[in-house]
Amino acid sequence: MSPTPPPADASFDAARPYDLHPQVSLRPESFGALAYHYGTRRLSFLKSRTLVEVVESLADQPSGLAACRAAGVAPEEQGVYEQALARLAESGMIRERVA
Amino acid sequence: MTAVAPAEGTRLVDRFERGLDAPICLTWELTYACNLACVHCLSSSGRRDPRELTTDECRALIDEFERMQIFYVNIGGGEPTIRSDFWDLVDYATAHHVGVKFSTNGSRITEQVAARLAASDYVDVQISLDGATAEVNDAVRGEGSFATAVTAMERLAAAGFAGFKLSVVATRHNVGQLDDFKAIADRYGAQLRLTRLRPSGRGADVWDDLHPTAAQQRQLYDWLVERGEDVLTGDSFFHLAGYGDALPGLNLCGAGRVVCLVDPVGDVYACPFAIHDEFLAGNVRGTGGFAGVWRSSELFRQLREPQSAGACASCGHYDACRGGCMAAKFFTGLPLDGPDPECVLGHGEHALDARADDLATPRPSPDHSARPRRVAVALTPRVVTPARPPDRSCDEHPLAGFAPDAAAPR
Repeated sequence: MSPTPPPADASFDAARPYDLHPQVSLRPESFGALAYHYGTRRLSFLKSRTLVEVVESLADQPSGLAACRAAGVAPEEQGVYEQALARLAESGMIRERVA
Repeated sequence: MTAVAPAEGTRLVDRFERGLDAPICLTWELTYACNLACVHCLSSSGRRDPRELTTDECRALIDEFERMQIFYVNIGGGEPTIRSDFWDLVDYATAHHVGVKFSTNGSRITEQVAARLAASDYVDVQISLDGATAEVNDAVRGEGSFATAVTAMERLAAAGFAGFKLSVVATRHNVGQLDDFKAIADRYGAQLRLTRLRPSGRGADVWDDLHPTAAQQRQLYDWLVERGEDVLTGDSFFHLAGYGDALPGLNLCGAGRVVCLVDPVGDVYACPFAIHDEFLAGNVRGTGGFAGVWRSSELFRQLREPQSAGACASCGHYDACRGGCMAAKFFTGLPLDGPDPECVLGHGEHALDARADDLATPRPSPDHSARPRRVAVALTPRVVTPARPPDRSCDEHPLAGFAPDAAAPR
């Protein structure tokens, strides 16, 4: 089938709710996780376990920021995590969900 | 591939070099049978091997892949679609969350098959083509194979399958056609994938004549850098990273660390380019199954240890190219801890020149080529010694490669 291109407007806004794309599979690894998107056939590496926790909890949290807080991301690290989430949004691994 | 920060500690590439609990993906060759006889075939395919995994064994293997969370398998051969259970196995894999990408010469991509493939979310197709013209392609892949591949691409495009792969092995004769390949891919809504010619399988016999020249390598590298992620490479040109910027991808040898090969009889090799006893880790029919081989084989354990840079230790580019491709070195008779035969600094060429004149380069084992089998014409049944590939090309005798189906020699 045709690989689904990531949505054109995939900018990330930590104040909005997100979830993992249903076609993405996460495999836990010692360094974090591997994420594979069956739609785009892209592989990503989540390079920290905390980031994996954030991504896994997105669906249950009202916002990206809340997911980071819940996973214990320190405020001074917030920027780095938001960048990581933005890259995942850009590649279609996570997507904004309708709250 | 994208690595998403933040990183904790070690570089990802170092983690990968130490191996993962399961491969990221693996190549699974389903059969040694093939209707073509490409001169550079990595797996020396032609004849089916009587010991090939049965449908039930293939299903059990897929179950294991699912348990290990292997995201997808690259199915090849031989020509995998020749197996009568091919489509059943594809369906079984995708139903068990193992994505499938399969390589084909296109001969069995009918309109019905194309429609079926276009409708699946978890199957990707790779059409092999090694020349942008029939003349260049057919010289390597056989008479009529260009037309066959083009017909398959037309059918996939007509069925609405966008983004299938057009897979090209870069050779001396087609490096000048890179823009033409891109145009063909664009015409059918496909994505171009370029990979490296390896001196593996029958490729060992033609590598000297077909591998790109040093100037062509540079041209290929520049072309790939310009295209970025638009053209896939299966991480196969990491030996060119010494030119400057690394190409997109992991840029490491994943053999036995993040990838491996399962061959049609269930033998597990370190990578698809290393079908030789030297790189045989075990067999999926063993008690531990595939996971047992992946996790406990002595060969894989060794590959996951820090590798010696050997003769490359003092080279400033070693960190970029990591000494290149193990299989390329092995089958050209070069030491594994030295330069790649296509080292961008030319060290490989010097090493090739310095080889002893009587050096017998390793022959691929096993060989399923159809051709040698036809040479033996016996009027009365007689016992023949199970064939063994010739130790060197000048040793070839009329029974080399002759393997009676029932004898199943190794």
